[in-house]
Amino acid sequence: MSLIDSISLPRSVRLPRVDGLVQWIVPLAIIAIWQIACVTGFVPTRVLPAPSDVALAGWKLLLSGELVRNIWVSFWRASIGFLIGGSIGFAFGLANGLSQLSAKLTDTTLQMVRNVPHLALIPLVILWFGIDESAKLFLVALGVFFPIYLNTLHGIRTVDPQLIEMGRIYGMTDGELFRRVIFPGALPSIFVGIRFALGIMWLTLIVAETIAASSGLGYMAMQAREFMLIDVVVLSILIYALLGKLADSASRVLERATLSWHPAFQKR
Amino acid sequence: MQTALRTSLPETELASRANFAPHARIVREERQEERLAQASGLPLSIRGLRKSFGSNEVLRGIDLHIPAGQFVAIVGKSGCGKSTLLRLIAGLDKIDAGSISFGQDVQPEDIRVMFQEPRLLPWARVLANVEVGLGRDRASKDAHARAEQALTEVGLADKRDQWPSVLSGGQKQRVALGRALVSRPRVLAFDEPLGALDALTRISMQRLLERVWRDQGFTAILVTHDVSEAVALADRVLVIEEGRIAHDVVVNAARPRERGSAELAGLEGSILSHLLSADDRT
Repeated sequence: MSLIDSISLPRSVRLPRVDGLVQWIVPLAIIAIWQIACVTGFVPTRVLPAPSDVALAGWKLLLSGELVRNIWVSFWRASIGFLIGGSIGFAFGLANGLSQLSAKLTDTTLQMVRNVPHLALIPLVILWFGIDESAKLFLVALGVFFPIYLNTLHGIRTVDPQLIEMGRIYGMTDGELFRRVIFPGALPSIFVGIRFALGIMWLTLIVAETIAASSGLGYMAMQAREFMLIDVVVLSILIYALLGKLADSASRVLERATLSWHPAFQKR
Repeated sequence: MQTALRTSLPETELASRANFAPHARIVREERQEERLAQASGLPLSIRGLRKSFGSNEVLRGIDLHIPAGQFVAIVGKSGCGKSTLLRLIAGLDKIDAGSISFGQDVQPEDIRVMFQEPRLLPWARVLANVEVGLGRDRASKDAHARAEQALTEVGLADKRDQWPSVLSGGQKQRVALGRALVSRPRVLAFDEPLGALDALTRISMQRLLERVWRDQGFTAILVTHDVSEAVALADRVLVIEEGRIAHDVVVNAARPRERGSAELAGLEGSILSHLLSADDRT
């Protein structure tokens, strides 16, 4: 499945075949206008370099290997942080959704912590971890934790109690009930959490890398600013946009594969 | 016809086998085969049954005997306790006082309930939904075959690989019926199973219910607010008022029954007047 195919539009908007390209009209038009504005001198290149210059800068960095290295470092940080924070959030969501006792014990505390913006912890995190890898991972994990926790909890709490009763009547054990009724019922909500979390993941990483890092895309942008390499700064921002889009598309592919029963994901 | 379908096996032999069932798997499997060959209803005895929710006494002493294989309809105004009675029979709620006995030990698979809502798992295909009804036999080798057979009985064999969301309301309810039937239950409790269907679908579902009941000979207990449905399907109609059985009406009409016949209409009228006169008194 190509990147373009994986984007689901409401069925009414769906035209055969070509419609996958429709969504790229606006971004391409913006780039075209931007290029024209720069070439004609309408926008000074000190303010905004032309897309062709940005592409050239990207090509140079690609050849030197710096681009791939920095993207890889950022990607690695994002995924590991996401995995750590996501699994902990998922585990708490499960525990608090399934057990009243666990919910009573931890939910209030988690709700209090949730209301502290996690980026406000950056000074503290730098004091704790320095500008080490663990600082970035910690921040990403913390940011990702809450959307996954909240949506897993919500998903489990809102599974149709009539279905749970049905499962019990038909003699499902607790394990079967979870596997066949509760988890699939909570899955759509968990995916909402994952998509929120992916957004927060990039946001946190950019901020963390911009403030305190010695590698990664955010660092590359900050270095470029020091040397007034505005084309590299713009390039970094564009790469973030592309990576964010890629993460979102990946989650949609996964969503479609696992939620094929859901009327909203059924192909006609 | 119906008496011929009821078991010719002595009840005592069935009972003694069932008593050992939880201990030995072999006995269980043997009994399974026997059940497939010789599905039969269980009799039901209820004595002094009471149930309250908080200070609200819903059932105030129900005494009732239902012979094996009988089709009983329970009617009454909403809140009269008919659904509560059904839930107690099906073992979904705890009994406050009194007893319900089936004359022998029963397996969970022997008693099935069908609700007004189909309660299908939206993320499981039709066949998998029916397999849920096998209870502890879900993992057995013939699970697929048995589920397919049940689907054929309810006339949906061609929908086996569909998602429930693409089915119509009547089809979903038929899948739910297949799921209830797949374990060859000996008591089947219906809680307004056709309440949410349109008039035509209702009638075809009523025919289907009657047919599978006659084929399989289970004891059927149908809670409904529709008196004409009750007299069309049941051997016996119980009218429940204020937590007690107020009337016990036998429906002798021959099967298959002709809907709208004078005999059924007369019965329907007299049951309705019972219900309405109770209304006038309050």
